[in-house]
Amino acid sequence: MPILEGKEVTKYFGGLAAVSRVDFSVEQGQVVGLIGPNGAGKTTLFNLISAALKPKSGSIKFKGTDITDLTPYKICRMGVARTFQTVKVFPKMEAIDNVMLGSFFGVLRGMSSSEAFGRASEILEFVGLEEAKATPAKDLTLSNQKRLEVARALATNPELLLLDEIMAGLNQTEVAQAMDLITRIREKGITIIMIEHVMRAIMSLCDRIIVLHHGRKLAEGTPQEVASSEQVIRVYLGEKRHAGSK
Amino acid sequence: MDIPSAAPRDFSATNFLSRKSFVIGLSVIALLLLSTSPFYASRYTVVLLTTIFMYIVLTVSWTLFSGPTGYVSLAPAAFFGAGVYTSALMGFVLPLPAIIVLGGLVSSCLALVVGALTLRLRGIYFVMFTFGLVELLLHFILWWEVNITGTTGRVVPTLDNTTVYYLMLSILVAVILTAYFIKKSRFGLALQSIGECEEAAAHTGVHVTALKVTTFAVSAFFMGTAGAVMATRWTYIDPRIAFNLTLSFLPVLMAIFGGMGQLYGPILGAAIFTYLEEFLITRFPYYYMLIFGIIMVISILYLSDGLVGLVQKLWNRSWRVKHADT
Repeated sequence: MPILEGKEVTKYFGGLAAVSRVDFSVEQGQVVGLIGPNGAGKTTLFNLISAALKPKSGSIKFKGTDITDLTPYKICRMGVARTFQTVKVFPKMEAIDNVMLGSFFGVLRGMSSSEAFGRASEILEFVGLEEAKATPAKDLTLSNQKRLEVARALATNPELLLLDEIMAGLNQTEVAQAMDLITRIREKGITIIMIEHVMRAIMSLCDRIIVLHHGRKLAEGTPQEVASSEQVIRVYLGEKRHAGSK
Repeated sequence: MDIPSAAPRDFSATNFLSRKSFVIGLSVIALLLLSTSPFYASRYTVVLLTTIFMYIVLTVSWTLFSGPTGYVSLAPAAFFGAGVYTSALMGFVLPLPAIIVLGGLVSSCLALVVGALTLRLRGIYFVMFTFGLVELLLHFILWWEVNITGTTGRVVPTLDNTTVYYLMLSILVAVILTAYFIKKSRFGLALQSIGECEEAAAHTGVHVTALKVTTFAVSAFFMGTAGAVMATRWTYIDPRIAFNLTLSFLPVLMAIFGGMGQLYGPILGAAIFTYLEEFLITRFPYYYMLIFGIIMVISILYLSDGLVGLVQKLWNRSWRVKHADT
């Protein structure tokens, strides 16, 4: 049984079909890339999965349970966590408090304060932010704010993690660190769907890639299949010499 | 402005203990003084203190919800008024403690309904709605009294000053303890997360609607009880006295004046603000509004974090001077 399954998922903004009859299926333990030009509907699809938006039609199932009509907090507690394209940390709260919120509220079984503190500290260490524990989130660099968002998401004990462009705006070193982080999250057995424009990362991390274009699914397959697809090259990757940074 | 949050925390046990015992000690002394003051203070002082307590209750309960979440509510007058009217309607029917609790519950129920309807509104829309709520209730009750019951205004059974004083002091202690425990708890953290980024809070597992509506109702409860007690001081009330918009604005001003970063901010703000108003009215009856206005403008211009910000700035400065030679 796939961990996440979407059937004919559709969302309109006014007359515009932001996501149109998209089917998708993600297996447990996979890393799936979601790519496509700007405005293709990638973030909208994340918003539909995490219930920030309600689809006009279609259904989304998580581990066989229909989650189409649930609210964001319930979906989070069920085990689907996300990050945001534009960073949404809690700016005035210390890094540790950002993460503790996830341990307190994002899990089905509540935990004591000391337990939550312990877990949040471990997670901050896992993402490499142990030094910044007491720093207010607004004083962190962009790269560290993005890590903090990942840490907050991990604190909710997710089985499925939705990462929305966590590498955008990062320099080469930071991209490499983010790729390493994703690999380590995957090793914990967490399924990942990632939206990303950094092709190098997508190609080396993903088991499968879904390409969206104008709200429709244009292609799907292994990185090799997608990279060699004529259609994908035409609408997204561009001519061969621009494809990826290899 | 960022000095309080940027200052490194001191986690050493001695410092923490001494600060905690200092605060507890100070609170106990203050409570002892306040609970014995009717025995030695003048009648005027007791009445003035009661008024100060009332404003502290309104300001602390306003800050309880609006401080962390950033939802600026102008509904305190509505919740206070609901308490006043409960007292007026039930004054000759129910025993006093029941009236006070009932006043709080009526306000809470009102807050639950209003909250469920409007807390999805953000920013200025929420402000306007809560503002409108006071007017709506005022005119609804006016209409009801003119057209249905054929009366305007009601007589409230009065209590002696000392009883009112002790009742208000009890509510004050209750609201401060409630605010303290909410702030310290995980729900305090969640309320703050709502204020800083509501969307992210929801996706981190916080049931934002339930939390907002519940906290709004808790805050309204204390405003209602304060209204129910204060009604007994007025003998006669009508809708315009009960639903007085000034009581919506003052808690907001007092909270800003005191600073919302710390629990003592709204307490200090309300106490000093009320005393200052009283002092100016009696000493400078002709210029009081002018002086008051100048003080407000200065404090908003130069005390952006309120009195709390000022205290912390002075504290940091003295701390640095003390440790400069190490």
